[in-house]
Amino acid sequence: MSIKKIYSTMEYGPAPESATSAMDWIKDHKGKFDLYIDGKWQAPLSKKYFETENPANKDHLAKVADAEGSDVDKAIKAARKALKGWVELGAHGRARYLYAIARQVQKHSRLFAVLESLDNGKTIRETRDIDIPLVARHFYHHAGWAQLKDTEFKEFKEVGVVGQIIPWNFPMMMLSWKIAPALAMGNTLVMKPAENTPLTALLFAEICNQVGLPAGVVNMITGDGKAGNELVIHKDVNKIAFTGSTGVGRIIRKATAGTGKKISLELGGKSPFIVFDDADLDSAVEGIVDAIWFNQGQVCCAGSRLLVQESIAEKFYKKVRARMEKLRIGNSLDKAVDIGAIVSPQQLRTIEEMVKKGVKEGGKLFQPSWACPTDGYFYPPTLFTNVTPSSTISQVEIFGPVLVAMSFRTHEEALKLANNTRYGLAASVWTENINLALDLAPRIKAGTVWINCTNVFDAASGFGGYRESGFGREGGREGLHEYMKPRYEDQLLAKPVVRNQKSSKSTRTDIPQIDRTAKMYMGGKQSRPDGGYSMTVKDFAGNPIGEVGEGNRKDIRNAVEAAHAGSKWTGMTGHARAQVLYYMAENLAARGDEFAARLQQSIGVSQADANEEVELSIQRIYTYAAMADKYDGHVHHTITRNVTLAMPEALGVMGIVCTDEFPLLGFISTVIPAIAMGNCVVAIPSETAPLSATDLYQVFDTSDLPGGVVNIITGKKDELTPTLADHDDIDGMWYFGSKEGSKLVEEKSAENMKRTWVNNGKHRNWIDVKQGEGEAFLRRATQIKNIWIPYGA
Amino acid sequence: MAKTRIKRNEGTPLDLDLIREIRVNRSAVERRAGTMGKRRTVKKEWQAAWLIRAISCIDLTTLAGDDTPGNVVRLCAKAMHPVREDLVQGLGFSPEDIKVGAVCVYHNLIKTAVDTLEGSSIPVAAVSTGFPAGQITHRQKLNEIRASVKAGAKEIDIVISRAKVLAGDWRGLYKEVQEFREACGEAHMKTILATGELSTLTNVAKASHVCMMAGADFIKTSTGKESVNATMPVSIVMVRAIREYYERTGFKVGYKPAGGIRKAKQAVEWLIMIKEELGDEWLSNELFRFGASGLLTDIERQLEHHLTGRYSSSYRHPMA
Repeated sequence: MSIKKIYSTMEYGPAPESATSAMDWIKDHKGKFDLYIDGKWQAPLSKKYFETENPANKDHLAKVADAEGSDVDKAIKAARKALKGWVELGAHGRARYLYAIARQVQKHSRLFAVLESLDNGKTIRETRDIDIPLVARHFYHHAGWAQLKDTEFKEFKEVGVVGQIIPWNFPMMMLSWKIAPALAMGNTLVMKPAENTPLTALLFAEICNQVGLPAGVVNMITGDGKAGNELVIHKDVNKIAFTGSTGVGRIIRKATAGTGKKISLELGGKSPFIVFDDADLDSAVEGIVDAIWFNQGQVCCAGSRLLVQESIAEKFYKKVRARMEKLRIGNSLDKAVDIGAIVSPQQLRTIEEMVKKGVKEGGKLFQPSWACPTDGYFYPPTLFTNVTPSSTISQVEIFGPVLVAMSFRTHEEALKLANNTRYGLAASVWTENINLALDLAPRIKAGTVWINCTNVFDAASGFGGYRESGFGREGGREGLHEYMKPRYEDQLLAKPVVRNQKSSKSTRTDIPQIDRTAKMYMGGKQSRPDGGYSMTVKDFAGNPIGEVGEGNRKDIRNAVEAAHAGSKWTGMTGHARAQVLYYMAENLAARGDEFAARLQQSIGVSQADANEEVELSIQRIYTYAAMADKYDGHVHHTITRNVTLAMPEALGVMGIVCTDEFPLLGFISTVIPAIAMGNCVVAIPSETAPLSATDLYQVFDTSDLPGGVVNIITGKKDELTPTLADHDDIDGMWYFGSKEGSKLVEEKSAENMKRTWVNNGKHRNWIDVKQGEGEAFLRRATQIKNIWIPYGA
Repeated sequence: MAKTRIKRNEGTPLDLDLIREIRVNRSAVERRAGTMGKRRTVKKEWQAAWLIRAISCIDLTTLAGDDTPGNVVRLCAKAMHPVREDLVQGLGFSPEDIKVGAVCVYHNLIKTAVDTLEGSSIPVAAVSTGFPAGQITHRQKLNEIRASVKAGAKEIDIVISRAKVLAGDWRGLYKEVQEFREACGEAHMKTILATGELSTLTNVAKASHVCMMAGADFIKTSTGKESVNATMPVSIVMVRAIREYYERTGFKVGYKPAGGIRKAKQAVEWLIMIKEELGDEWLSNELFRFGASGLLTDIERQLEHHLTGRYSSSYRHPMA
């Protein structure tokens, strides 16, 4: 085209980034890649390879090894072999390697960016300006954590061999989010990149080789879901980290249940993007571009549900439509396009079908007037208005450039709409009123809340979900815990702690006592069991000493409802909760002798042991009363001008199945930290000695504990636990019981992705402060919410 | 320069409710500003064409205490022949196709400029109203405008009273600018906000709207004399105000960033911003100007590079 012609039209022209270096790199490998195991490139035992293509033009890129079970096994063996040396290398040694990796990524940043763009179809602007810089940043940041491991986390150790499975939407970024913290904390790993986008991971493996990373520390196995499954079920893997769909996350949760494997899952989302009438609307429109047309909308935390205040809705939609006309779509290597290609024909079909469904259900569709290129897998930016929460497209994660819009009248309604989802990955709130923003941020059920910004990430901040968006955090201090474990875990016992039993038989008098019936406790009131059955409680010698209600499904249901009704507790200040807890300790102390006698009676411990258990219970309440206003999160040093808060929030309603062995201390050690953090609890006390727990409700009543905060259901553990683990309105569950029970809890929790903490049949010495109390309990009773608040007048 | 086809902004009554409701989020605007030149780029022929378009939008400017008729004559000569003739032809244009948007001088040099530019159709713009600080009486300001119009200036670049913005005296600002506009008569009025002295982007947005309501033909960032001049975030805020004003009234107000734009690459970024936020229609010198002196030389070097493939030097291009 002549310059003069362009001068008159002022159109944009092509601006291609060269693919030459990336294609040369592929050529250098003869277009064929093996598995990276034990520091060597090894042909797959399967002898099979699959093809990877460029979704922007369907060009074949390379053949990549298709790992089978035996390959995965080989990789895990290599990681296991390398673990000892990697741990012994020490914090500084590991820091040096991570630093070297960061430098190499930075030095080869354009090669990574181009290769990523070719393999995934995402725009070069994004890989060049966002993905790869974040990758380098992640390794730099974690080189720092590696250095600080021994000073900051003295009481923790590596988890061991880690299996990591990453998705195709941010291949390198997800790789770095998983590999950097794993290595920094002293783990070795086997990673499986997504089959659609394996190339940059292979380049990364090459870099590991270049920096001389010891063989076996990082192993890269390419393949499909079958290889991923082999990794998940392999006996010698200590942890699985997965990012992907909620469906697969659920399968992984179930497959690892009861194995003792640590898991972290970063899953799907349907994140709200909330615009108030006092927002900077033009900026909010750009926010939408970043929210749903970033990476073609194939982003787990994409702001895909637009919620606009009714008074400005039409005006705002008009602005969004005008902006959509200006978006440019095209070859991912064109430096002047906003939207690249959808990763695969399957994904494109999914999007097309969802949009069809949206239209069928009455949604009003808008797409820009321009046409998409036809040589690759492209889909235009799409806006649906006239949508309600009942529409399929406003519930289901589409994972494409499709935005659904709804309006709201008040901020309370906005909040309800925002939380009307199974997911809880992220949210974006646009208002110039900081009071409004900070009113909503803690009440939105999402792991990340962006105020007046969206899709902002940094290595110093955590990222992860609430609800069915998974659990665990990646990034920041909070993310490191996914890759380490408390040292005391190795000391947990296979059998319960044996305590001295009194030599004498239990005491009985001939005068009948007044019948004291221990009822259950719900919503601050004593309540009879729904089924109308009671069970006899016996002392250590088998003599009946009382009766408790035999709880059933409906009691659990009622207790969970009572717990939700008590949620005012969550909103109380730490100080106010501490006051209640101190009062509780005071009242327990006043009745210490009675509780000690109960312990002597029911489990037959010596008076000294009984007194010790009561005394420790009081101390433990003190500890958590003290922590109630001190376990308070961080302000992270992220790299844009903003305050990034890391706020520990209560999980919500928790189910706690207490240990049988320490009827009082076991109950106190678990229920109290949970409520100290603001949770409401449904507790199943010791099955064999429940009276210490039921005695407590009088202490609760006299301590101003609001109704519903603690609910006690007595009965048979094995019957009550499944109902609790199954309950979709329970956010977290702790289980201290049998190995089988632990497995069951983890399995059943998969349905609503409740956070679980189980003992896998191992026993704590609850007397020991290291095992029986501390930060671990608080961390398990909370989840971190990261709130990003940019500022500037 | 083509004869004006744009319907001139007649202004509107002062709408204080609208001013009160203006919200600008600085961080979000900065994020947009930061990606403007990253989301779009022009290469090869497109780059050359866009750079020539940039030249046509330059208000070639000299505003120095030591300006004399001598250097102003030189500036005018450059304005009429901004690019070396061999390059012009190499790019497929004829010499009369490529001219700058205007020549911008102080009042005392209007006559020199008008005389030198005679027959070229390049308008002379004069800075006015006690430029750059505007710290003279309102009456003096009006007189200065009238004198400059009389001396032959077709465009008047006025400065607003920053104090009125900082005090939130929107009525006062409205009245001031309205009277300036009246004094300008047929001459087009560019309203300099001196954004570097307005403290916040919200103030920039509010001042932009008030000036447009008062009848500004252009809104302009700065005098070039403040410590912070045309920045991308400020520009985004101002052009969004222009867009909103257009949607509300149907009047197209022009935009002029001034000060600090020295490189061809920056010029392209600004054109991209205009295209993205306002649309193609604003990509002409009727609605868009660069206030610049050094920019032209860098563009000439880039154009030569486009033709020869060699990096050029400034001494190969006739100076202004």
